[in-house]
Amino acid sequence: MTVLLVALGAAVGAPARFLTDLVAAHYLGRAMPWGTLAVNVLGSGLAALLAAATVGPAWTALLAIGFCGALTTYSTLSWETLKLAEDGRFLHAALNIAMNLVGGLAAAAAGVALARLLGL
Amino acid sequence: MPAPNRPPLRDALRAVPATVLAAVALGGAIGSLARYGLLVLYPAAPGRFDLATFLANTIGGLLIGAVMVTATEIAPGRRHLRPFLGVGVLGGFTTFSTYIVGIGRALDTGAALLAVVYAFATIAAALGAAAAGMWATRVLVRRR
Repeated sequence: MTVLLVALGAAVGAPARFLTDLVAAHYLGRAMPWGTLAVNVLGSGLAALLAAATVGPAWTALLAIGFCGALTTYSTLSWETLKLAEDGRFLHAALNIAMNLVGGLAAAAAGVALARLLGL
Repeated sequence: MPAPNRPPLRDALRAVPATVLAAVALGGAIGSLARYGLLVLYPAAPGRFDLATFLANTIGGLLIGAVMVTATEIAPGRRHLRPFLGVGVLGGFTTFSTYIVGIGRALDTGAALLAVVYAFATIAAALGAAAAGMWATRVLVRRR
């Protein structure tokens, strides 16, 4: 059962990441990987909210491990950062990692605060 | 900045073949199940280094280097290679949300050193592995 919930959440999360990347590139261009930053920040906030709230193991499997796990990505973050470095844009590469890390942690803090505010 | 006369977003989304979305979804499910398998093998515990997520993000980094060099430099005509293996399987296998929650948990329990070590060890390992994957794939192709 847990395995099915993880797969189901991921089957939604991964295409959501793919489409978010298209939308971000459409409006902001591809000079910086904004789409990956968006999904990593949003997914970190939602995952932290779920971790702070008292949700059952089924919701954790579906939403945290499955959906948020697949919505966010470290592999694409690594690839896009290395491509910036290969193009000689070292400052942008470092900035990309820093924005994901700081943005993810800030979103996580907001997620935890929201869970407490809502009494979850 | 995009050109002011760019086609509407609707057209860009409609141009995505359904088979590409299906490949991303299927790959994402497969990759996430592999990550879940690592979580079962190495359960995360408070105050401890999250080995499962660290391994997923490092191995995923090594493989993304190989997949993306193949998809962009060696076989750019393969339409489903990047959506299935890159966006789907490896995107689902690796995770940023569990990484961030892991850092937050360590900070919450007062394990600031663990949080810093985990945060930067993952960055170094994932980027190093991805660079190694790219380099190894380029070397192998040149040898053929």
